[in-house]
Amino acid sequence: MTVSHGTIEHGSVLIKDGKIAEVGPSIKAPAGALVIDASGQFVIPGIIDCHSHIAAEAINEGSVSVSSMVSMEEVLNPDDIDIYRDLAGGVTSANILHGSANSIGGQTLVIKLRWGQPASKLPFEGAMPGIKFALGENPKRSNFSVPGQPRRYPATRMGVEETIRHAFSEARDYKKTWDDYNKRVSAGEKNLIPPRRDLKLEPLVEVLEGKRYVHSHCYREDEILMLLGVAKEFGFKVRTFQHVLEGYKVGDEIATAGVGGSTFSDWWAYKVEAYDAIPYNAALMTRRGVVVSINSDDAEEATHLNQEAAKSMKYGGLSHDEALKMVTWNPAMQLGIDKRVGSIDVGKDADLTIYNHDPLSAYAVVQKTLIDGHVYFDREKDIANRAEMEKEKKALTEKLKKAEKKPEEKKLPDQKPEEKPKPPASVTTPTAPQAAASQGGAL
Amino acid sequence: MSSARNLRSLLYILCFPGFTCFLSAPLTNAQAQQPSAYAITHAKIFTLAGSPIEDGTLVIRDGKIAAVGSSVDVPAGAQVIDAKGLQVYPGLFDAITQMGLSEIGAVSATVDTAETGSYNPDVVAATAISPSSEHIPVTRASGITEVLAVPGAGGGRGGEPGILGGQASAIHLAGWAIDEMLIKKSVAMVLNFPEIQTQTFDFATFSRREKPYTEAKQEYDRQINELTDWMDRARHYAQAMEKGSVSKYDRDLKLEALAPVTRGELPVLVFANRARDIRNAVEFCDKQKLKMILAGGEEAYKVKDLLRSKDIPVILRPMLSLPLDEDDPYDRLLTQPAELAAAGVKFAIASFDNSFARRLGQQAANAVAYGLPYDQGLRAVTVNPAQILGLGSQIGTLEQGKLANVIVTNGDPLELTTDVKYLFIRGQLTSLENKHQRLYEKYLNRPKTQ
Repeated sequence: MTVSHGTIEHGSVLIKDGKIAEVGPSIKAPAGALVIDASGQFVIPGIIDCHSHIAAEAINEGSVSVSSMVSMEEVLNPDDIDIYRDLAGGVTSANILHGSANSIGGQTLVIKLRWGQPASKLPFEGAMPGIKFALGENPKRSNFSVPGQPRRYPATRMGVEETIRHAFSEARDYKKTWDDYNKRVSAGEKNLIPPRRDLKLEPLVEVLEGKRYVHSHCYREDEILMLLGVAKEFGFKVRTFQHVLEGYKVGDEIATAGVGGSTFSDWWAYKVEAYDAIPYNAALMTRRGVVVSINSDDAEEATHLNQEAAKSMKYGGLSHDEALKMVTWNPAMQLGIDKRVGSIDVGKDADLTIYNHDPLSAYAVVQKTLIDGHVYFDREKDIANRAEMEKEKKALTEKLKKAEKKPEEKKLPDQKPEEKPKPPASVTTPTAPQAAASQGGAL
Repeated sequence: MSSARNLRSLLYILCFPGFTCFLSAPLTNAQAQQPSAYAITHAKIFTLAGSPIEDGTLVIRDGKIAAVGSSVDVPAGAQVIDAKGLQVYPGLFDAITQMGLSEIGAVSATVDTAETGSYNPDVVAATAISPSSEHIPVTRASGITEVLAVPGAGGGRGGEPGILGGQASAIHLAGWAIDEMLIKKSVAMVLNFPEIQTQTFDFATFSRREKPYTEAKQEYDRQINELTDWMDRARHYAQAMEKGSVSKYDRDLKLEALAPVTRGELPVLVFANRARDIRNAVEFCDKQKLKMILAGGEEAYKVKDLLRSKDIPVILRPMLSLPLDEDDPYDRLLTQPAELAAAGVKFAIASFDNSFARRLGQQAANAVAYGLPYDQGLRAVTVNPAQILGLGSQIGTLEQGKLANVIVTNGDPLELTTDVKYLFIRGQLTSLENKHQRLYEKYLNRPKTQ
């Protein structure tokens, strides 16, 4: 299922150097290629989750209402087991965002789920950086209070708007200061003192310059239109509305502004602003011309985004292809990485997910997940390795017990706390990236 | 503007109880106008009490299934539903929900799920179920016809509910008032089984706290002693009642509510997930001679032989959940139903929720995807919950004499894309219309702007 140009029955994908080299009904595997026989199985572009919090050591910098200085990249945890669990659910890329505590949150990061690689290898190379905004109940703290802290501004949706306007007003002045300085420098003026750097305002200047995407958490129709108004006033673009559970009420306005909508399949009623949420949201926004994706916001939900996408066929009658796009091509477009991923096309990264059934079914189980042409998840291998992992865990536990039983004896350095047994996941990580030969596949 | 709108919807809820359940025009004054008999013909009927019937007929009369089979006559005066190409199943049964007890999770004014205090055996879910909850028609539209509404349930994952949470009520997902909805008012007593908690979450500092094992064990022992004491007192109270000497005592409503539990008449719905807690619960219920139903059971697979040997059924938490431990296999909860089935443990699958109740079929299908035979997956959300909750003689299969809670679908009711075409509750053709579909139609028809 290429997503871009239909479904090829009994098709093959040839992968070379991590990229898709050929796609078609009959491809001969070149000599030396590793062949993955996927007879009777279904290959789709790797799933892209436009809203995730996996692999993050921290989520909210809740002390201030504008926390644009903090960045996800600084808190990436490559050992988070949820990376592997989501990989096992077919996810290959994810947009890692801060939480929604602040009107303007922190800097987001698109990653590939390269489980087993260090943090430095997770970021999606060349992906546009982003920033998280949040509107409504969370930034105004309707449903919780921080113990020992007084109420914080903003406490209303009006205040949320002003918080964002103030921040951009400052950012605009800051930009002007730098623009003036740079102009004078390039005019040849000497011995100028550069303006003081402001790490809070820099990312907002990038937003104004179109160098950083705005991904805004929102629920209600009024706050959606509010942010569109602020964006217009200051001359920046909102890239995606996240959750956007009332997006269906203002689909035309969102489409006209060229903003994407990244929503849940069927969550509702957990708070007041989610009380008008309907599972038809994805379909209704799509019909009004919005590019829509289904996201997880949750490590578990991400393990079955294929199923969540399928619900847009039931609720609102989207086609099979339209539904599949919700978790592949559309999120790729929203994150600006569609030249690299999101469909099975020659030249794109070989990020693929293989299912044993039609992926838009509750009976589909991921068999393999490939990123850059490497198998990062293999269900068969995962299962085969379990007995070994169990044995290792038992041995370690025994050793620990023994060590604990004789604490009075002379302390040997190797009887210090044992390392935690490694999760089974680590076993399936690929060995060093295979060189040119790479993998060719009769998928 | 927005708060005015919210106020309006609040007034709407307050002023028109019952109205939202039956909004669609044909069903206004339904009681008076509905035919007393229906015949669903030419359908493939999955009775779950024998093999499926191809081209079968199901006759419903006076709220019950009057006949089902391949050569059943359509009675005179019955409204006929030609279901050629469609399939008929018992309505799905969600065995643990908070239906009607919670409307909007974050708004405490709309939440009546759990009382304060640790021992509330006397509170009954039915009392607080709102028949006009929007969740009811939304859930119904996905083919769920009856649920167990459970008060005071914890489940050991966050929050610290009481120990005896109250009595769970089984309800139909339709009815103008609670009396019409009730299948059975008191079905089980909720027991959040005490855990030996070495890790607690401190909300004041928003951080985890470690407790030494001995300290946690002491706290556990204290709770078990307290619980044992409650059972002993209830047993003595019951004896006094039996001997007719209750007048010699002050009436105690809590002990009175607990008496049928001590007699083994009212099952205890024991919430526990960890193997250790389950083992402790089994031992406790054994000692106290209580009839135990395990709820949650995320590590039931570790004690499957024990559960099988004691004949303890399980109502499983959703399998679409992350494994309890980091080093558990990633599909640990998904493969558990297949493992329990193979071991002969009887189980149901439930949502443990309201707004996610409509994922019930999806949960069961995922268990099937990970090895559970399909037939067992279907039974886990129909006949098994009915039997586990002691309602098997009334509901759960399509057999003559059972309550006619029936769905007619265009496919596998567990699959994501299947639509429910007709739905009967207590033999009444019941509307599939709901808040979500209303909003869909409203905004589908919003004139194009700009």
